[in-house]
Amino acid sequence: MEFALIPPGKTFLFFIPNIIFSIAIPVLGIAIFLYFIFIRATPLLKAAPDMRWNNLPERIRQFFTMWLFQIRQPRYMFAGVLHILLFAGFLILSIRSTEMVILGVFPKFVIPGFNSLLGTLYYLLKDYASTWVLIVVVVAMIRRGIFTPDRYAVPSKYGKAHTGEALFVLAMIGVLMITESLFDGSLVSAQEQKAMHTELLAPLSLSWFWSKVLIGTSVSTLQGLHTIAYYIHDLTFFTFLCFLPLGKHFHVITSAFNVFFMRTRRGNIKPVRYGVSDEKLDDLESFGVKRLEDFTWKHILDFYSCADCGRCSDNCPANTVGRPLSPRFISIKGRDLTFRNYPIFPIGAPFKQGENLIGGIFEENEIWSCTTCGACEQECPLGIEYIDKIVDLRRGMVDEGVVPQSLQKPLSAIEKRGNPWGKLEKKRVEWTNLLPEDVHVKVLDGKHQAEILYFVDSITSFDDRMQAIGCATATILSHMGENFGILGVAEKDSGHEVRRFGEEMLFQDLRSQNTEAILKSGISRIITSDPHAFNALKNDYENIPPVEHISQYLARKIRDGQLKMKRLVNGNRIYTYHDPCYLGRHNGLYDEPRAVLDAIPGIKRVDMIRCRDRSFCCGGGGLMLFYEPEEEQRMGVLRVQMAVEAGANVIVTACPFCLVNIEDAIKVAGMEGQVEAIDLAELIAQYME
Amino acid sequence: MDILVCVKRVPDTAENEIGIKADGTDIERGDLVYSVNEWDNYAVEEAIQIRDKVGGSVTVITVGDEESEEILRREMAMGADNGILLSDEAFEGTDGKGIASILKAAVEKGNYDLILTGAQADDGAGQVGGMLAAMLDRPYASLVNYIELVDDKKIKIGREIEGGNQEMNEIDLPCVLSIQTGINEPRYVGIRGIRKVASLEIPTYASSDLGIATNTVGAGSAKVKRIDYFVPELGEGAEMLEGTLDEKINRLIEMLKAKGGLK
Repeated sequence: MEFALIPPGKTFLFFIPNIIFSIAIPVLGIAIFLYFIFIRATPLLKAAPDMRWNNLPERIRQFFTMWLFQIRQPRYMFAGVLHILLFAGFLILSIRSTEMVILGVFPKFVIPGFNSLLGTLYYLLKDYASTWVLIVVVVAMIRRGIFTPDRYAVPSKYGKAHTGEALFVLAMIGVLMITESLFDGSLVSAQEQKAMHTELLAPLSLSWFWSKVLIGTSVSTLQGLHTIAYYIHDLTFFTFLCFLPLGKHFHVITSAFNVFFMRTRRGNIKPVRYGVSDEKLDDLESFGVKRLEDFTWKHILDFYSCADCGRCSDNCPANTVGRPLSPRFISIKGRDLTFRNYPIFPIGAPFKQGENLIGGIFEENEIWSCTTCGACEQECPLGIEYIDKIVDLRRGMVDEGVVPQSLQKPLSAIEKRGNPWGKLEKKRVEWTNLLPEDVHVKVLDGKHQAEILYFVDSITSFDDRMQAIGCATATILSHMGENFGILGVAEKDSGHEVRRFGEEMLFQDLRSQNTEAILKSGISRIITSDPHAFNALKNDYENIPPVEHISQYLARKIRDGQLKMKRLVNGNRIYTYHDPCYLGRHNGLYDEPRAVLDAIPGIKRVDMIRCRDRSFCCGGGGLMLFYEPEEEQRMGVLRVQMAVEAGANVIVTACPFCLVNIEDAIKVAGMEGQVEAIDLAELIAQYME
Repeated sequence: MDILVCVKRVPDTAENEIGIKADGTDIERGDLVYSVNEWDNYAVEEAIQIRDKVGGSVTVITVGDEESEEILRREMAMGADNGILLSDEAFEGTDGKGIASILKAAVEKGNYDLILTGAQADDGAGQVGGMLAAMLDRPYASLVNYIELVDDKKIKIGREIEGGNQEMNEIDLPCVLSIQTGINEPRYVGIRGIRKVASLEIPTYASSDLGIATNTVGAGSAKVKRIDYFVPELGEGAEMLEGTLDEKINRLIEMLKAKGGLK
């Protein structure tokens, strides 16, 4: 084989054979890279255990959809499309880049199998890939450097903007594309000049463009360009590789792992410590996350994987209303601490350990501010988890006794009375006195049996306004001829928020009391009107009969033709459905409540812009009702405004906590009389035939 | 510094609906839940914070029946090192002075630099701290909402006085202080914390252990006796404002101006 230009490995820099560089750059680059990875892996090895090899089919599915096909990227259309192009370009060009490195040493190297049509097609594709990647880089630089979307802004308390790093990396990618194509373009140009066999360059691609531009250039200049392009590419490539583990572009390497190991279930909370059964929890020295190394290795991998895109915080209701929480900075601060404590050059100072996270990189109010709505996790294209981290940090605070007074009262009341208001146990059934005369609710206290248990939970049992949801649900079940009952005084708070606020042992007490009462009652299935209770029974409890939310029950009855609805009166009302976090995002029930609403003849329903899995939390349920956050405005007020913007004047929800928050918000916003809120069960109880 | 904190088990006012027995002798106790008296909880937290700063120990003590052990454990879960239960059938029905004398006997068995009590108890009269100090012949300050350690001979304390004003004092050790709520933020005690201290030994002292003659305590020797309990009748003087929100506000402003509340 004859070369139109001398291959880089056979050229000289003055008297030094360049093959030295062809070998030294990759060897050094790979050595440094491996060393960096070793340092980065150290905290993962010291971290708490995690179980991430379960549920493999789902992991593989998520790996393909979220990693390979980037399914979450287009949720932000422009940035998402740019990212997909860049990501696809990277995947395609990874083969070419490897080949380039080898060509520097073995000029005649051909990738096995590429001596065929496959090779020809690949080279055409990679020509276009480097072309579109360069275009994307330019667009991204303009977007990042000049227009700078709001979600990239770094509030001053979190440090300086990260634009510099972003632009530097984009510039490196640009250099890689230009030199890679110049390497090819200069060669083809020389081949044409020497009337040799020319390699096919993809028309209108970057390489093709170089070959045309350089057509009148002397062979010796082309030789220089060819060699210089090669070594700049080589050097940039390994600089880029080694730069990745130093910042937010670490996700280029970690994302595949992070997505593969991401959560496969929803609505659940991680155990206090993987590998320690509930019975053995009392033996643990410490609970929850207090120091960096108390996080699981996956959660530290999350920190490494954060690409700093800001989508989580853009969707975080706590961040939106000005609470001191931004999920993006949970990750960034976690990453920066890991980098600080495990520095690349730990000269003189061995790895630091043992500093408290609360009062260090995190503050108490920050961690209590989360409503666990799940919007951040729903959005993250990299599968980063926040809820488990927040709950683990809260477990640590509860263990240290660091709990705001506003939460201590309801927790103590739940411990003593089984409900956060400290109301007498016997009053748990008093709401049944408000039932219409023809509706009778049995108390399953051993004397009465039933097929269905209506699990009421605390707020619906005790709150004056929410008792109407209990009455509506009981009315529906009664009119549908169901054989159902309630646990009465034997029912305790489901403990949904008790667990999510970090008081795991109290939760386990409540769970065992409820489980015992449920099993003793002899029922065969459970219905609840409270999504928090629903999520607890479904995802936190074990070995109890199947549980359904009332919206699922209603949707099923409508589908089966067993439930018919009367025509809606008052035709100028426009309804919108607010997705409760624990029905929607955590349990995927978006269509059922809508189907139930749409079954009412004559209903006019619109969706808010933020609906379904982008629903905006009303302010949080359970113990969050008692917490006094620092915030500029209420989530509920924003939600009511969103409903008004959608043109609705009735907000239907399917959760007592949503109803509390939205009704309060309507008052706070001064929109009484203009907007009203109602629970799905209440509406159906009115309109069922 | 070795600190003793006197605590009391009381019906939890936040989690009970207090009713009075038909015969007026007591409140209805059937459905009550109990907890540590709120003021005492602040006193224990303060003691723990002082100990964590300068070292020493915190002991919690209560006069009560065996059920009172639960609140000692809760305070030990908070961080108190020791608990002492003073329990004897003869103590039943003891008045405030009697309680102070029982505590005094227990104090003299130990060696405490600082004794804290709650400023009052939910079901008490705010009297034990002062009487205990007098019996021990130690200096006493009430309603303390700030403590600063000066040296091992004296401390500086803040007291809340009439009209929200603050007073600062120096007081010699050993002394007795009654602690006001708000002096700190008591830490949370979870189920886990209580379980951790569940098996710790809590010594119980009866009258004989304390050298108290049973005829000096108990209902029989009480000089203060409760003779009735009742809910006061609703009086006159309350006025509900009627009308729209704006009308109500205007009427309220008028009334406040008329009475000199607004100028």
